[in-house]
Amino acid sequence: MLSYILRRVLQSVLVLLVVGLVAFAMFRFVGDPIDTMLGQERTMEDIERLRESLGLNKPFFIQYWDFLVRAVQGDLGISYRQGRPVAEIIAERLPATLELAAVSGAFALLFGIVFGIFTAIRRDGFAANAIMTLSLLGVSLPTFLIGILLIYVFAVELSWLPSFGRGEVVDLGGWSTGFLTKSGLIALILPSITLGLYQMTLIMRLVRSEMLEVMRQDYIRFARARGLKDRTIHFRHALKNTLVPVITVTGLQLGSIIAFAIITETVFQWPGVGLLFINAIQFVDIPVMAAYLMLISVMFVAINLVVDLLYVAIDPRLRIDGKTS
Amino acid sequence: MTDSPNTVQAERARSRIAMAWDSDVAHSFRRSPVALISAAVTLLLILSAVFAPLIAPHDPFNPATLNLMNGFTPPGQANMFTGETFLLGTDDQGRDVFSTILYGLRISLFVGFAAVAFALILGVTLGLIAGYVGGWIDTVIMRIADVQLTFPAILVAMLIFGIAKGITPPEYRNEVAIWVLIIAIGLSDWVQFARVVRGATLVEKSKEYVQAARLIGRSPFAIMMRHILPNVLSPVLVIATISLALAIIAEATLSFLGVGAPPTEPSLGTLIRIGQGFLFSGEWWILFFPAGVLLALALAVNLLGDWLRDALNPRLR
Repeated sequence: MLSYILRRVLQSVLVLLVVGLVAFAMFRFVGDPIDTMLGQERTMEDIERLRESLGLNKPFFIQYWDFLVRAVQGDLGISYRQGRPVAEIIAERLPATLELAAVSGAFALLFGIVFGIFTAIRRDGFAANAIMTLSLLGVSLPTFLIGILLIYVFAVELSWLPSFGRGEVVDLGGWSTGFLTKSGLIALILPSITLGLYQMTLIMRLVRSEMLEVMRQDYIRFARARGLKDRTIHFRHALKNTLVPVITVTGLQLGSIIAFAIITETVFQWPGVGLLFINAIQFVDIPVMAAYLMLISVMFVAINLVVDLLYVAIDPRLRIDGKTS
Repeated sequence: MTDSPNTVQAERARSRIAMAWDSDVAHSFRRSPVALISAAVTLLLILSAVFAPLIAPHDPFNPATLNLMNGFTPPGQANMFTGETFLLGTDDQGRDVFSTILYGLRISLFVGFAAVAFALILGVTLGLIAGYVGGWIDTVIMRIADVQLTFPAILVAMLIFGIAKGITPPEYRNEVAIWVLIIAIGLSDWVQFARVVRGATLVEKSKEYVQAARLIGRSPFAIMMRHILPNVLSPVLVIATISLALAIIAEATLSFLGVGAPPTEPSLGTLIRIGQGFLFSGEWWILFFPAGVLLALALAVNLLGDWLRDALNPRLR
């Protein structure tokens, strides 16, 4: 058990080191920092002095180490485009992305489980079949088309909901939140649905197939034989056992929600880190790209690690031999 | 009584076609309406992309044939200044939407196929080597695969595109954008191939025919290419089809986000990006026709891949 946790933590650290290396290589080899920082009028001495002061004449791995130390301390360099510290820009944008991701995740989880149970219980009903067919379409629709379609229906044709931005935000000591104003909440609706729809269909299909699997088990048959009510069987007995894989998948999907937020944020001009990243690619703003890469990898690796450990904690069967596939 | 070699060959060729026609896969294909329709749609779209210069009524990239007065003509209606009619209308610059879709489809399909081909060759090669050679080479390849799998493919593709953009000098960026896109999507997608091929190779490696080939002294390269590869190809085919749908969507997404095909060579995604700007002013056709074609293409290839997976995997039937 302990060795398993230790191995997973070591793996995570290794992934982060590799990502850090990629980010560092981007800094070091894509675009010459000397070129960017010094103007046209420069002498060889200027170049030498800057090289010395930036530590660019040190061996590669020493530079890499310095880079990692600085990154851990929150120094992520200066944006080429905005001329401000990257850490500052990201801190400003992060709340927007995290709020969007949280609402989308909650939406996906809630409706995914509800629809999943519904389609499993009313397996052959018309509504269940309609939901299943629609979900197939939802899986093949690219995220950005879903967003455009929603904008067209609810913003252009019906003009019920805003098509871009976060609405009014309230600043809570450096954290700008859209949860406290009406326009902020309304602005969250379309982007969250766009972002959460794919995850919702995924969770729904998973819950459905797990539920159907569990309903075939002997203990459910026994519960029926005892004359328990359908409701009790479905929600007290069956649902509990379907939720183990749901937790894993939801956890892992949390990472993709943050990544796919890039697309949703661009469609809705949502001022989060995803939009920042896309703009950084368009303008080849290497420090912002590298910082985003490191930020998102820390999130991913942390989520994966927590999910893996949670899985062992929830499912007692995995604790016996202390191994997972 | 002796057959001439020609008749024997002809007989073999005929029986191979007959065998293919009678095979389980072909049988289930003929029986499945979904497979037939999606194959027809895919084929139609591929053919119209290939023959785009012959089908398209206008050349959207020849400025000489463009008339700005034709801009924003609704589909099927005569333009109020020039009196010209366009099947699917025109965009802001007076380009025929039908023609831009045909040329856009060409780029989308080209990038999709090329990216999958790249991912397939890379993934299958690395998977074969990892599975057959094993040892530290296997560990290194599969660890890289694991790390990459931690991140969604689209993010990896964006990052590679961004880095490549930083490396190329600004004046060449538009020219190489398509190739960068192919490499970016291909590199983001090889892991699937490598994992499946490695798994299948590990199974095949222990079988007797491989041991026999090794005993008669065939080189590892020959064993991998001539003996193992043909036996691991059917899952590769399934992954390639599903990857094609994913690659087409990935390309469209990247181009839509403005980090893909350049405006000089618009793919379906670029066209949708352009069209989104006119959504609020009422010119819906500039957006919706390319979007519809993209959707039809992605859905058809996806369904074809699903069908192929079920048809090649008898356990699921």
